[in-house]
Amino acid sequence: MIFLEQVIAILWKDVRYELRSKQMWTGMGLFALLVLVIFNFAFDLRVDNKAAVAPGALWVAFVFASLLGLGRTIAAEREIGSMDRLLLCPVDRKAIYLAKLLGNMLFIGVVEIVALPIFAALFNVPLFVGALLPIVLLSTLGIAAVGTLFSAMAAATRARELLLPILVFPLIVPIVIGAVRATGTLLAPAVNEPPWLGLIAAFDVIFLTVSMLTFEYVIEE
Amino acid sequence: MALANRDTQTERQYSTIGTAGQNTRPPIASLALLTLTFIGMMTSIFMIFLYVPTDAIEGIPQRIFYFHVPIAWIGMLAFGVVTVAGIGYLWKKDERWDWAARASAELGAVFITLALITGSIWGKTTWGTWWTWDARLTTTLILWFIYIGYLMLRSYMGRTHESARSGAVLAIIGLIDVPIIYESVNWWRTLHPQAEVGTPGALPPSVVLTLMISLVTFTLFYSFLMIQLYQLQRMQTLAQRLRASVE
Repeated sequence: MIFLEQVIAILWKDVRYELRSKQMWTGMGLFALLVLVIFNFAFDLRVDNKAAVAPGALWVAFVFASLLGLGRTIAAEREIGSMDRLLLCPVDRKAIYLAKLLGNMLFIGVVEIVALPIFAALFNVPLFVGALLPIVLLSTLGIAAVGTLFSAMAAATRARELLLPILVFPLIVPIVIGAVRATGTLLAPAVNEPPWLGLIAAFDVIFLTVSMLTFEYVIEE
Repeated sequence: MALANRDTQTERQYSTIGTAGQNTRPPIASLALLTLTFIGMMTSIFMIFLYVPTDAIEGIPQRIFYFHVPIAWIGMLAFGVVTVAGIGYLWKKDERWDWAARASAELGAVFITLALITGSIWGKTTWGTWWTWDARLTTTLILWFIYIGYLMLRSYMGRTHESARSGAVLAIIGLIDVPIIYESVNWWRTLHPQAEVGTPGALPPSVVLTLMISLVTFTLFYSFLMIQLYQLQRMQTLAQRLRASVE
C-alpha cells in the first residue's frame, strides 16, 4: 500500500506542476491539431479514400504529440535538479517509473480527448465512438511505457529532443501498426483481421514489465 | 607538493598503461582466427563462384545469397551479443562487458547495413524492386534503426557507467521487441498478396555445403573483428582516463 501512496504522491506532484504552467498541455494539443490540418492538405481527403487515410492521420498526430510530451516530464526534473532529490527519497524506483508513466499517460490522454472530437469533425468520419476507447487507451499505454523509460535515458544527454524519437519510433512500430489497423477496421469492417488489440495488449504487458524492472538501471547515478 | 604528487601519479598510471600496450605476448587467438578466416574466405569464394551450380530460375545473381545470408546472420548475432554483454554488465558491473557490447554494436551496425545493401541488390534482380515491405526486410530495417539509436545514445552519453547501463537496457528492450515487430509486420502484410521472398524448398547438398562454409567463415571473421574492436574499446577507455588524469 505504501507503494501506491508513493506513486500517487509523485503523480500528484507532477500534475500540480503541469497545471501551474499549462504550456505543455496547450502545446501538445495545438501540435496534434496542426498535424491533422497538415495531413488534410497532404492527402487531399475525399470520400473514397477517407477510410484508408484517416486512421493513419489520427495516429501520426497522436504519436508525434506523445513524443513531445514524453520528453518533458523527466527532462523538467533534470533541469531544475529535482531528480536527484527524488532519487534521494526512500522511494522504490518502480514507484517513480509508474508515477511518471501514469503522468505521461494522463497528459497524452487529455490531448487525445481534446483532439478526437475535432478530428472526427474535421475529417467527417464517425470515429468518436466507444469502440475506439480501448484502442486509444492500450496504445497510449504502450507508447508511454517505452517512452517513459527512454525519456529518462535521453534526458541525460545534450540532444534529448533529437534522441528520444530516434530511440522510441523503431520500438513502437507494433503499436503504430496495430493501432492504425484496429482504427481502420472501425471505419471499414474487414473479415479475417488479425487480433490487433491483442497484439497491443501483449506489447503493453511485456514492455510495462521489462521497463519497470530496468528503469532503476537507467535512473541510478 | 601537490603538483609533484599528481605528476608521479600520472606517470605511474602512464607507465602501467604503457606496459599493457607493450605487452609482447603474441596475439595467438587473433592470428589463429585471422588465418582461419582467410582460408575460409578463399574456400567460400571458390565454392560460391566455381563449385556451386547456378540457380535454375534466378540465375547468376542468386550467388549473392551466399554472402547476404551470412552477413545478415552476423547482423542479428551481433545484436544478441550486445544484449548478452549488456546483461553481463548490469549483473557483474565490470566495464569489460561494456567494451564487448560497444564493439559488437559497432560491428553489427556495419553488417546489418551490408545485409540491407546486398539484400536490395538481390531483390532488384529477383523481384525487380529494391525494396518491399516484407516482414523480414522491415524487421531488418527496424533493427538497423535500433543499432543506430544505440550507437547515437552511447556517443552522446560518453564513457560513463550511466551510458553503459542505458545501453544495456536499450539492447534488452530491442532484443525483446524484434520478434514482436516481425510478427506485427507479418500480420500487417498477410492481407496484401505480394512477391514471395525466395523460399527455396529442397536445396541441393552443394548449396547447403557452400552456405554452411560461408556462414562459418563469416562467424570467424566476426570473432576476429570482435577481438580487435574490443581491444580498441579498451585502449580508448584507457587513453581517455589518462587524458582526464593529465587535465
